[in-house]
Amino acid sequence: MIASDRFCLLLSVYTACRSDFRSIIADGEMKLFIGEGNPHCLKVLAALELSGVRCETQLVKHEEKVVPYLTHPVLPILQLPSGQHLFSPNSICQYLFDISGQKATDATNQWLEWEATNLQPAVLQSLQLVALQGKRVEAAAVMKEPLSWLEQSLSKRKASFLTDEVVSVADVVLWAALYPLLSDSAFEPGDLQAVRGWFERVCSVSACQSAALRVLQGKGAEALKSFLQKQPVTHTPRRDSPSNSTEAEDSERELSPEEIEEAAQVYSEGLKDFTVVTERKHPVLPQEGKRNVLITSALPYVNNVPHLGNIIGCVLSADVFARYGRLRGWNLLYICGTDEYGTATENKAREEGLTPQQICDKYHCIHASIYQWFQIDFDFFGRTTTQHQTEIAQDIFWRLHERGFLLEDTVEQLRCEGCQRFLADRFVEGECPHCRYPEARGDQCDKCGRLINAVELKNPQCKVCKETPVIRSSKHLFLNLPKLEQDLEQWLQTSTAAGDWTTNARHITRSWLRDGLKPRCITRDLKWGTPVPHPDYKEKVFYVWFDAPIGYLSITANYTDQWERWWKNPQQVELYNFMAKDNVPFHSVVFPCSLLGAQDNYTLVNNLIATEYLNYEDTKFSKSRGVGVFGDMAKDTGIPSDVWRFYLLYLRPEGQDSAFSWTDMALKNNSELLNNLGNFINRAGMFVSKFFDGCVPEMLLNDDDKRLIAQVCWELKQYIQLLDKVRIRDALKCILNMSRHGNQYIQLNEPWKKIKGGAEDRCRAGTVTGVSVNVACLLAAVLEPFMPTVSLSIRSQLQAPESSSRAMLSGPGAFICTLPAGHRIGTVSPLFQKLENEQIEALRKRFGGLQTPSNSSVAVESKPNAGAAQHTPASVTADPERAKQLTALVAEQGEKVRALKAQKAEKSAIGVEVAKLLDLKNQLCLAEGKTPEPPAQKTKKK
Amino acid sequence: MALRELNSLERFLGLKKANKYSTQGGKKVPVLQNNNGPALTGLVTIACHLVKEAKRPELLGDDAEQRAVVQQWLEHRITKLDNCSKEEVKVILKDLNRYLEDKVYLAGNVFTLADILMYYGIHHIIVELAIQEKECYLNVSRWFDHIQHYPGIRHHLPPVVVLRNRVYPSGHH
Repeated sequence: MIASDRFCLLLSVYTACRSDFRSIIADGEMKLFIGEGNPHCLKVLAALELSGVRCETQLVKHEEKVVPYLTHPVLPILQLPSGQHLFSPNSICQYLFDISGQKATDATNQWLEWEATNLQPAVLQSLQLVALQGKRVEAAAVMKEPLSWLEQSLSKRKASFLTDEVVSVADVVLWAALYPLLSDSAFEPGDLQAVRGWFERVCSVSACQSAALRVLQGKGAEALKSFLQKQPVTHTPRRDSPSNSTEAEDSERELSPEEIEEAAQVYSEGLKDFTVVTERKHPVLPQEGKRNVLITSALPYVNNVPHLGNIIGCVLSADVFARYGRLRGWNLLYICGTDEYGTATENKAREEGLTPQQICDKYHCIHASIYQWFQIDFDFFGRTTTQHQTEIAQDIFWRLHERGFLLEDTVEQLRCEGCQRFLADRFVEGECPHCRYPEARGDQCDKCGRLINAVELKNPQCKVCKETPVIRSSKHLFLNLPKLEQDLEQWLQTSTAAGDWTTNARHITRSWLRDGLKPRCITRDLKWGTPVPHPDYKEKVFYVWFDAPIGYLSITANYTDQWERWWKNPQQVELYNFMAKDNVPFHSVVFPCSLLGAQDNYTLVNNLIATEYLNYEDTKFSKSRGVGVFGDMAKDTGIPSDVWRFYLLYLRPEGQDSAFSWTDMALKNNSELLNNLGNFINRAGMFVSKFFDGCVPEMLLNDDDKRLIAQVCWELKQYIQLLDKVRIRDALKCILNMSRHGNQYIQLNEPWKKIKGGAEDRCRAGTVTGVSVNVACLLAAVLEPFMPTVSLSIRSQLQAPESSSRAMLSGPGAFICTLPAGHRIGTVSPLFQKLENEQIEALRKRFGGLQTPSNSSVAVESKPNAGAAQHTPASVTADPERAKQLTALVAEQGEKVRALKAQKAEKSAIGVEVAKLLDLKNQLCLAEGKTPEPPAQKTKKK
Repeated sequence: MALRELNSLERFLGLKKANKYSTQGGKKVPVLQNNNGPALTGLVTIACHLVKEAKRPELLGDDAEQRAVVQQWLEHRITKLDNCSKEEVKVILKDLNRYLEDKVYLAGNVFTLADILMYYGIHHIIVELAIQEKECYLNVSRWFDHIQHYPGIRHHLPPVVVLRNRVYPSGHH
């Protein structure tokens, strides 16, 4: 059959399907968008004419975006009647054939797939060689493989066309791909008889001829030149770009010329004589005429080893802010300590066979060393079991008593006869009287969040022995919150209006007040606590929620005997409380009521900063299940403290919960710290030492430099505005933006190339290096609150002047040239290390927990009335160093056993060595923080 | 890789007798040895063939438009998604994310072969994404999670955790 016959056939198909078209076109117009000199349009135009489908075509520019969701403009595009777009030329052809009655078959599919995956890449490369470089021989070589495959396939078949005796979509698609090459007489692909014959047959189809004329306009591959120039060069092997542009998509801010000039001006003025940093002298006391800032972070409950959520929620957040405040020159005191009284401690002591005091001593040290490792720079880290605590708590108690803010009432309490004691709220569980949640605790329901009196619980159970407790009555004292409500509301109004309260803190406080305040019991039938001084209550102690916040005062009193200058001085002192959200009501409602009622001019909280919860890899941290990373384990991971700080702060749960993820941590370390921040600082320093003998070169600022200075300066001002408002996480992003700008600046100006050029180029290299190393110096300053060790090592590598950080961070912030021309820097070395996938996988496994997730939760500890005693067995503390040694020993011992077996040594001799091997393996498991296999296995035969 | 994909597809389609496959060339293009006809080469070609064999033509699209859209995404999978560079990955995810903004499946409201093969092909990319990145490509994540939970699809691939609540605030500060 020859080509012309095909037309009659097509025509009939066309007529038969006509009614279909009408209905389609009635929905919406179909439209074909094509580009000039675009080889992909060839097949589409040919298919369109051949199929007889009526469709408007529109010529658009290469860079015009027809499909809204595609980033890079693509042509040809077929807009379907439904409004959808087809952007694949082959699918367009297929569609046109489909609606004209030629359905796809396995054979056409196969050719189309081959064309798209094998032929097309070769054709594009070949066309580029021909049209852009005139290299026809190389172009022919590229085509050799696909063409000989085609030759083989065609010569095996007897049919005129690829799949049949008539032209199919496969013929059109392949022909159009090859046409610009094969129609070029100078292109010599070798002896291809079958291909040539087939090619000529398709060429004689008039639809193909007119399409070819329309696209190539008789100019051959030349006509495709401008299209081909815009295509990526295809012969270079694809490689992953080393540049890091993750999250660089923050919209660029437009800077006005005035802003740029001003920033450059400030920069060039350099470091003026700025008052030299004064050493911190203890005790820090409020000073007249200074901003006096008192910072507390929620007191961690002593017998829980804090997990990452606790650390980011309280001490670390407060630490960043404290360090920032000190840099800003505020007169600042940061105090914290362990909260030590309560039933949980008593219980823990019973468990470990120690006295409560011994338990507190032991765990206080654990806490202190964890925070030290995380570089939490407290001015004082104290504890609540002190004489000052007793004195201050009793004083506040008497003042409340004298002023009539205490009520006396008989309380019905749950007593477990099995355990022979009154049950603390945490030790009783039952159904919530409000929402019927079956696992409500004695003080609060985890589900609806309402406070509960333990006796109100339905079906109560002792958590220790599971027996049903009985109700006994006992006389107790209550803080009369309703009587204090008015004072509280008045104070809250001013405090929340003037200070920074996080949204969740405001919200939680408001909902507490809305529900109405009720008297709250402040005494307990316990021994381990601050004794109630009233003679009628001799056997009782203060309830922890009343007692614990007083810890802030007593800890300060242990720091300085002039503690009242901080705590009874609201005129001079600004108080910041840091905590997780579950602690908000105690700091915003209950404790302020105690202090207001005591009427002793106490300093009340001005700024209440509460975080949401941090989850662990999509689940909750759980000590009992071994899920998550706890403070004492972080240092065993081998990951530096600063990197931990960085990542925790990067995901600080501001505004909503966030989740710790190992992969994400590795990613952030490798992309942000290593490739962005570390890379920039290291390059800037290396250029100075390598190209300029370690001396900062002269800087002659041009517009590019000034623009960079202005950009960095803008980020600095943002950073300051954000941190002033305690938006810690967002401020960290500003730092990363600064170094991103810096990297782009270096990349664009290529000082490493310019240094090899003429005098002008060398001068340019000098300026770029000088500005970059000054940005690095600024980075050291802004990093100090976040990563103190890294900051210090940058400063020492650059030999940064003592006062530079404080000069740049004073007032609204100013990016100053603090390393002037001629300044000599020190030895530059890399700041960060890559976190490898295997390392991260191993850590994820190690901390992934042993059991399947259940609902037991320790999200962020709730401090007053805190946690039931849960702890890890002491033996499971990983030790990577020891693990390394043991791995070697295990290998060695294994060799020995194998050798003995090979020698057919005596059974008993082998047995001894095997026993040694097993013992080593068990030790290795322990050192890796895993539970060793039970040894019983070895007696079983395999 | 492609062979495991085809095996999973066969299981999804409920094809009883196991087909024989081999691969061709350095790129390991799958080849289906066919008793009653010539061998078929290429992932998409074989997949379409299997769908027809299983008498599930709706998986290739119900009408011409849908068929074209399905073919287009199948081609996209093998030409763009496979062997793409890191930089290209971002564009692919971004474009796909925008495309899926108003769609449940790749072909609109019906599940097709395009979803299956795109899911198989994009899995190794999604696995590597950090939580924050998954949130950047919210529609892709949603679609991906949907497909991996579609009965009988996942087979040879490990499940990927997709958080249902956002962890990071959206974009700008």
